[in-house]
Amino acid sequence: MLLKGENISFGYNKGSLVLDNVSIAIAPGEVVGLLGPSGCGKTTLGRILAGYQLPEKGVVTIDDKPLPTVGFNPVQLIFQHPERAVNPRWQMRKTLNEGWHPSDDLLEELGIEKQWLTRWPNELSGGELQRFCVARALGPETQFLIADEMTTMLDAITQAQIWQVVMRIVRERNIGMVVISHEAHLINRLCSRVVDFKNINSPDLFLV
Amino acid sequence: MTDKKDSTAENSPAYTSNEMLLEVENLSVAFRQYNKGLQQMDLKVISSLNAAVKKGEILAIVGSSGSGKSLLAHAILGILPKNATVTGSIKYMGNELTTKDQERLRGQEIVLVPQSVNFLDPLMKVGKQVRTSVRNENPVEAQRRVFERYQLKQSVEGMYPFQLSGGMSRRILVSTAMVSGAKLVIADEPTPGLDPKIVDEALLHFKGLAESGCGVILITHDIETALKVADNIAVFYAGTTVEVAPVADFSGTGQDLRHPYSRALWRALPQNEFIPIEGVQPLPQNLPCGCFFQPRCERATASCAEKQPEAREIRDGMVRCIYAS
Repeated sequence: MLLKGENISFGYNKGSLVLDNVSIAIAPGEVVGLLGPSGCGKTTLGRILAGYQLPEKGVVTIDDKPLPTVGFNPVQLIFQHPERAVNPRWQMRKTLNEGWHPSDDLLEELGIEKQWLTRWPNELSGGELQRFCVARALGPETQFLIADEMTTMLDAITQAQIWQVVMRIVRERNIGMVVISHEAHLINRLCSRVVDFKNINSPDLFLV
Repeated sequence: MTDKKDSTAENSPAYTSNEMLLEVENLSVAFRQYNKGLQQMDLKVISSLNAAVKKGEILAIVGSSGSGKSLLAHAILGILPKNATVTGSIKYMGNELTTKDQERLRGQEIVLVPQSVNFLDPLMKVGKQVRTSVRNENPVEAQRRVFERYQLKQSVEGMYPFQLSGGMSRRILVSTAMVSGAKLVIADEPTPGLDPKIVDEALLHFKGLAESGCGVILITHDIETALKVADNIAVFYAGTTVEVAPVADFSGTGQDLRHPYSRALWRALPQNEFIPIEGVQPLPQNLPCGCFFQPRCERATASCAEKQPEAREIRDGMVRCIYAS
């Protein structure tokens, strides 16, 4: 069962493509790093693979079927700025339980304190909010996880804390993972395979 | 700025050179808040913070969000909100910085390079924006000279911010600081989320400012950025300075670092051990007794919870830990 993007093309402006006929496949249990300078299309590819954006050309499939358009998305995306990824008018409990009900064990493991559940997003720090975003993305139906600069805005200790939990769960549940980052050290530490966007013009490199 | 100086403040010989540009000692900032109805409370967000920067030197301030990094910048510039109370001492060129001084110096001798390129005026041509900060010479000449230095074509001066790339906008922001003839430049998170090439370019600009005799304070949450250009690194935790160390001490397993938090931060980097310590930085409303790091510290003892450790000078650096050596 693979998550596949085949012959994906996408551009924000007419006449220029950010992604030109790119193909990528991720297997369950695999951790793939996407490395490259800003503006090279890493985030765009992540959004397309998670179904947030439709490609101009090409298809995204999971287990050779198109991504479901209703219900819990098996491809979950975690964004760089958690404060922009939660509803500012919802208390954290509501945000956390929107897609599924994370167990107390998971919350404890992620270091989410009970008293945070009744807080509003503006009362929590970026690191605290990002823990919620991770928890809500790890539902039982999650098969693939895309982390787009998930810990770029966080200090080194918080970064290591979050990755430690995520990597353990990913391994345990055989989730396929895409790590988007411009930090080579982080990618080298986490990933079993690295896709460098410098090689974007040779799409074959992306296939498993 | 009140002039109350803590008698426990320690001055090291290194901190009293005549080249000293800015010296912050035992700075505390509290915000007055309304709890319920008319009940007021003072929330201390910065306590006993120290930092010092010399001419031609880059001091990096490293800490997680909420550690008080940006508030320090705002306190130096005197742009804290009205409900803030500041105690402790900020000295600029050896003299206590008063509110009047701050108003006179900010934007001239002390300038802020803001975090986001959104701080450029969207409706003013960038050449004009740079010219408005020139003080002592011909604005057009000064602006053209700095553009040449930063490899910005002359046609750029007639452009609006939306026509520039991120890297160009950043060069405009630094140009503004350059032409102002500033002596102290405070850069607040100038490089978050940028790819390494642009980060290096931006850092080179700050290095250039320091080489021209400026003092630079570089505020960042990213140690790696700090390591590339800084002379000294101040580590902030929960609104206090836990350590100030020469950049060379951030190496190996962190054995040369003085404070357990700095060591933990260093060891948590992906290129080092990538092993985190447990817990989170406490919020200002529930700070622990004694040393703020004590509940997360593996070496903590009962005496750590008694009172906040005073700043001590150790090996060309400063540390707030009773066990540091």
